[in-house]
Order: sequence, then structure tokens, then C-alpha cells
Amino acid sequence: MKKLALLVVSITALSAQVTFDRILNAGKEPQNWLTYSGGMSSQRHSTLTQITPDNVKNLELQWIFQSRSLERYEATPLVVDGVMYTVQNPDDVLALDAATGRIYWTYSYATSPDARPCCGRLSRGLAILGDTLFIGTIDAHVVALDAKSGKPLWNAQVGDPEKGYAITHAPLIVKDKVIVGMAGGEYGIRGYILALDTKTGKEAWRFYTIPGPGEPGHESWKGDSWQHGGASVWVTGSYDPESNLTFWGIGNPGPDWNGDNRAGDNLYACSVVALDADTGKLKWYYQFSPHDEFDYDATQIPVLADIEWQGRPRKVMMWANRNGLFYVLDRTSGQFLSGKPFVKVNWMNGFDERGRPMKVPAAASSKEGTLIYPGNQGGTNWYSPSFSPHTGLFYIPTWDNYSSLYVKQDQDFVEGRTFGGGGPRPTGPATKTGVLNFRGDDDIYGAIRAVDPKTGEKKWEFKMADVTEAGILTTASDVLFSGGHEGYFFALDARNGKLLWKAPLGGEVRSGPMTFMVNGRQYVAVDAGNSLFVWALRQ
Amino acid sequence: MPLIPVSFRSMMTAFPMNTSTAIAFLLASGALLAQHEYPAADIENGGRQYTNNCVYCHGPEGDQIAGINLLQGKFKRAVSDDDIVQIIRNGVPGTGMPAQNMNESNARTIVAYLRTATLGPASTLTGGNAARGKTLFEGKGACTTCHRVQGTGSRMAPDLSDIGMQRRAIELEKSLVDPASGVLPQHRFVQVTPKNGPAVTGRLLNQDTFTLQLIDSQEKLRTFVIADLRDYSVLKNSRMPSYKDKLSRQELADVVSYLVSLKGLNK
Repeated sequence: MKKLALLVVSITALSAQVTFDRILNAGKEPQNWLTYSGGMSSQRHSTLTQITPDNVKNLELQWIFQSRSLERYEATPLVVDGVMYTVQNPDDVLALDAATGRIYWTYSYATSPDARPCCGRLSRGLAILGDTLFIGTIDAHVVALDAKSGKPLWNAQVGDPEKGYAITHAPLIVKDKVIVGMAGGEYGIRGYILALDTKTGKEAWRFYTIPGPGEPGHESWKGDSWQHGGASVWVTGSYDPESNLTFWGIGNPGPDWNGDNRAGDNLYACSVVALDADTGKLKWYYQFSPHDEFDYDATQIPVLADIEWQGRPRKVMMWANRNGLFYVLDRTSGQFLSGKPFVKVNWMNGFDERGRPMKVPAAASSKEGTLIYPGNQGGTNWYSPSFSPHTGLFYIPTWDNYSSLYVKQDQDFVEGRTFGGGGPRPTGPATKTGVLNFRGDDDIYGAIRAVDPKTGEKKWEFKMADVTEAGILTTASDVLFSGGHEGYFFALDARNGKLLWKAPLGGEVRSGPMTFMVNGRQYVAVDAGNSLFVWALRQ
Repeated sequence: MPLIPVSFRSMMTAFPMNTSTAIAFLLASGALLAQHEYPAADIENGGRQYTNNCVYCHGPEGDQIAGINLLQGKFKRAVSDDDIVQIIRNGVPGTGMPAQNMNESNARTIVAYLRTATLGPASTLTGGNAARGKTLFEGKGACTTCHRVQGTGSRMAPDLSDIGMQRRAIELEKSLVDPASGVLPQHRFVQVTPKNGPAVTGRLLNQDTFTLQLIDSQEKLRTFVIADLRDYSVLKNSRMPSYKDKLSRQELADVVSYLVSLKGLNK
């Protein structure tokens, strides 16, 4: 009898598990949010329609989770069958009841004192497969946790934190592997992406984002600069089951602001790489910003969609890059289809026939400083964009009218120290927090910008006084959620950008919103300040 | 009734007497080691503080560092209670003993726990074999029907992957022989009866004025709104069977040995 009972328990538990098939078909269960970007295509789009442009004004705060970290909160939670999983910076993990916010369990991670992430002691989120959660930590470990209890199952060190290696993004699950990439570009690391066996944590493959001697692309680095060339990874990739390719955006080359000692294109820095998900072998790449000296990481979310392109269906990848251009690529071959500035850009003036940007000769970092648009934080950055198949529009968290003065300095590499070779100088009023009464009408501003991917043309924009590091969520009912540095979380009409609702949260919104449903009620969630806020329609 | 730490409850069952008599007896007989009486609440809290702050290096038995046995009163430097408090709070420079960010009163509860734990009995089960214990745990004992270790077994009862870092051998022995005596507060089961629906039994994970959270028999994390319940109660008895007559003394020793070996992951 006991055995029978155990069998029943096992079958029930199994059916509730998050299989890879469920992740691949995440769109079929919109009540859940199974990956960082809501699905393998990373569209950050939900087919839930309970919240509409008409009723969104009736949103009511349901609960807040106040994290115990004062670090900025950049994570997107997962929701699986009524349970929310999220992080507490830097690398604690929590399971909460998604409807009430009450905690089921907390896993406290003991971060190594050697951890030295450049830009925040934080994690952007988790991955789940079966009953196992995965987190990459700022001291370069990947930890697998039992999703029901929070107990660690394995803990694999995959990089040396003392040398600046860190993981800050949510891992990606492909089949039986968990894939992560290394942050640490500011410390002169040599970046890599690696896949671990989800059951054991054993390394399955590793792809160096800077080719070694004898590998194609190695010649794009002068001398031994490839050894400390950065090319980090700090935003989650995507996966296309049809081609079995996983796509990852690669960060800038190092030293960031002085390219003198790394003559060449510096592959695969500032590129998207398409890797065979089983082997990690490079299938194709496209470099957005060859020989970058402006910190134009290509660490954006690769957004995949099947759209009509010049009269016929095409499998594309859409990409609003930090360098200020919006791209459409063929995701099967990597072919460049189009590229168009979505903000003020002065570093390039077109593309050659193969899609390589034609750099303006004067666009180089210099001792006296060179004025470049967009500035160091980019026209956009790591903040999740959204693509709505319903409107056909691509939505970009945007910084416009934004420039930096790029100044280079000589710098020798010292292991474990920052390796920048100079730095950007602001050319206008501060772009972060504070009072904005000194900012003129023509100065930098933030916006949610809607672009038609077929033309690259702007359809509408929602302009903000301050800039934004918030991601964007769209729904099939044409509601768009986002926020910004001013601390508002708001809803726009995805068709025309009209403001529908706003909530002042008192803390900068620096995360990607997500939505889920429990017991027939749709919720929308976002991190702001150091807390997680969750809304639903008033009952 | 004063709060009594699990180790004391274990002892009291071994030496049946009422609680206050037991405390008086223990403190009196421990006069050689204990410098004064320690409030039961301090001992209880000190046990928790010890588990949270000290076991990672010293182990639940206090004997993981060579030359030191905290629970048997064997220290390298400390003599008095004040000495121990000072070492806990300031650490020992040049050694692996770090200063703990802890106020004096909390440090004193650890002293209370260490001084009184000294008086308790050690496990009587010796000569256990951890490998045999694992086989028994997963086989004859059917422990994985309810418990989980490193990804194997049910999550209904507490995960034991790091139980060897949490509990002493004597406590584990006691839990096997007399499970009801050793249920930690965080491992209690509740039964909830919704106004509309059948009763649900599960391990209580969290509760507040308006809701409670549990893991049910199907290993599902569930939240109940208390206003929607007809009734709910914490179950008084352990759901775990006693292994006193189910396993031989050697087998019990083997299982304890296995449990003691479960240290979890480092992080």
C-alpha cells in the first residue's frame, strides 16, 4: 500500500515538473513565466488578456516583497503553477506564493569575499528545469537547488572571481543543459559561455568569446591582447529549436576605451554568436560594432520571431543595440537584413553590402576626448525589449540625444584589476537619479519607443524626463508595461503609446516586468528600488 | 513549561523525571563544569545560535577542529564563560576563528548551550557503518518514502541532505527511536480543512495572521487563506514511525552513522 502511495505521489510530482517541452511551449501556459524573458524567443510578450487598455486603470497593489539587499533589483521572477521563484541580491533564492507573496523557503548563498562584479552585486534571475532551479552567482558558481525545498543539489565553480569572473544573468536551459556566460569585461577576462549538465553540474561544452590561437577570428586581435580582451556575457540568450541554435550577445572588448593595443575587429566582442546547443560550436556570428572603443556591449536580449519580410515569411532575430541601431538578422544564417539608427548616432554612416557598419573616420577614442552619439550607456542597453506579434511592433527602452566624450589613457593589464584604458566623460546633465531642474529641452531623455521591424521606422514614442533602465512587457490585449529612473511603473497602449495608468514606486525601475495568472486572476510584477511589486485588477 | 532544547528532551526520556527535576538535576551535577545556572530559554536559543553560527566549522558535536571539543568542555584558550564570550565576539587573530557579529547576550546563550550540552549523554550507538546505513535508509527503513537526501526521496518530511551539520548523533538516535520527542518546531505538520473541499495535511512552512503555507503529500507548495478554512490545527504527534523495534541496534547505529555523514554542500 505504501509503495502504491509512493507511486501516486511520484506520478503527480512528475506531471507538475517543468519539462523542457513545457519551456519550449511556454506560450501554451501563459499563466506561468518559465524563463527570464518569458519563453525561448525572448519576446517578453504574454497572451494573457484579462488586463486590457480599458481596465488597466483598475490595477491594485496586491503585495510587495522587500528584499534585504540595498543593491538595485534587476531580476525578473519565474512563476510555476502558483509559485514564484526569485532572487534576493546578490544570490539568495526565494520561493513565494505568487498570489500573496508569502515565503515558502529561502536559500541563503554564502558569497565569496573574492567576488568583484563591476556593476552591481546582483543577480537578474533564475532558470528552472524539472524540479530544479539554477542560479549563476557573482563569485562565478552555478548552483542547482531543489525547487520545493531550496536545498542545494550541486554547486559548480565555473570561473575565478579573484580575476573578475562573475555571473549576473539568469541562466538558460536548453534540453538537459544549463547555459551561462561570464561577466567581468572590465577586469580583462577572456569571456566564455558554458553549458553544464543539469543533473550533475559537469561541464558539457565551453565556447570562448575570444578565439584562441589557430581558431578563426583570432587574427582580429593584435598580439596577446586576446588574452585579456573581455567580451563578457551578462544578459540571457535565446534558443531556436528548429535550428538547435542558442544565441548570445557578447560584451565589449577590453580595455574598454582604448583600442590601440588590440588592433583589429576584436571578434566576437560586440557580436551576436549562434552556437549549436549540443556542442557549443559556432554556427554564425554578426558583429554589430567592430573594434569598439565606446563600451557598446552587444549584451541585449536576442528577440526571435517569424515575421513577413519583404513579402515572404522569414525567421528573424531583432536587436536594438547599445550602439544606437536597430537590426534585423536572418537567425538561421546570420544574414544582415537591415540596420537603422533608432536614436541619434554619429559613429557610423551606413553599411557596406555585407552589413558591416561604415565607421566615421574620426569616431575613435582620443587623449583629448571625442564626442560620440550615443554615449557610454548606449541608445539602449541590457534592459529587455519586447516584441508583440499582435501589433507587430518592437518596443525599445531608449536613451536619446545622449552623448559621451570618450577619453583614452594608457593602461597595463594587472590581473584582477579594472582594465578600462580611459573612460567616458559626461557631456550634459547627470543621467542618473537626482533632481532634473537643470536639464534643458534638448538634453538627453528617456523614452519607450515603438519601431516597425519591417522598416525600422519609429511608430510612436512615450517620452520621459529622465532615462530608463526598465524592461518592457507587452500583452496580447495591447497593454505595454514599463517604467524608468523616475520611479514610475506605467501602462501604455501598445498600439499608440498613450499613457493608461501609472504608479509611483519611489525607487528606480531597473527590471523587466512580467505577468502571470493564479486562480483565474492575472497579475503583473516588477522590481523597483529594492522591492518587488505585484498588481492585479481590483475585485 | 520552560523551553527545553531537543538534546535535553532526549536526555529526559532516557532518564525519566519531570522537567524541572531534570533541569535541577542536570545543573547540580554539572557544577564542576557549569559556573552557574543557565535559563532554559538561553540554552534553547543558544542551541539555535550554535547551529546557525558555529556548526559550519565546529560541527554539531563541537569536535570538528583538532584539539577542541566544545560540547565536552575542551577549549584551547577559554576557561571561563567570559573567555568564551570574548572569543565568540572577537575571534582569535591568526587562526580560522573569525569574530562573530554578535552582541554579548547572544554570545552568552551559546555559552549556556555549550556548558549544558556537556552534561548530556553521548549516543549509545557506536560502531555504525555509513554505507550500510545508506542501504538501510533507502531500503529496509523506507526513509525515502518521506525524507529526501541529495535529490532522492520524498519532500513531505524534512530534507536530510545536510542533517549531519544540523543535529548531533544523540539527537538523531533519539529521533529514530522516539520520533515524537525530537520534532523541531520548523518541522511540524498541520491539517487544514477548507470550507469547500477535503482536508489537507502537510508540513507547515510559514504562517501569518491571514494565511499559512505548507508542502502537501503530493509535494506541492500551497497557500491557504485562513478565512477560507473551516478548521486548521498543528498535529501533535510525529508522523514518523519509531524504528526502535524495526531495526536492530547495529542497524540503528548504521543509520545514525549515515545521517551524521550527510553534510550537504559547502554553500
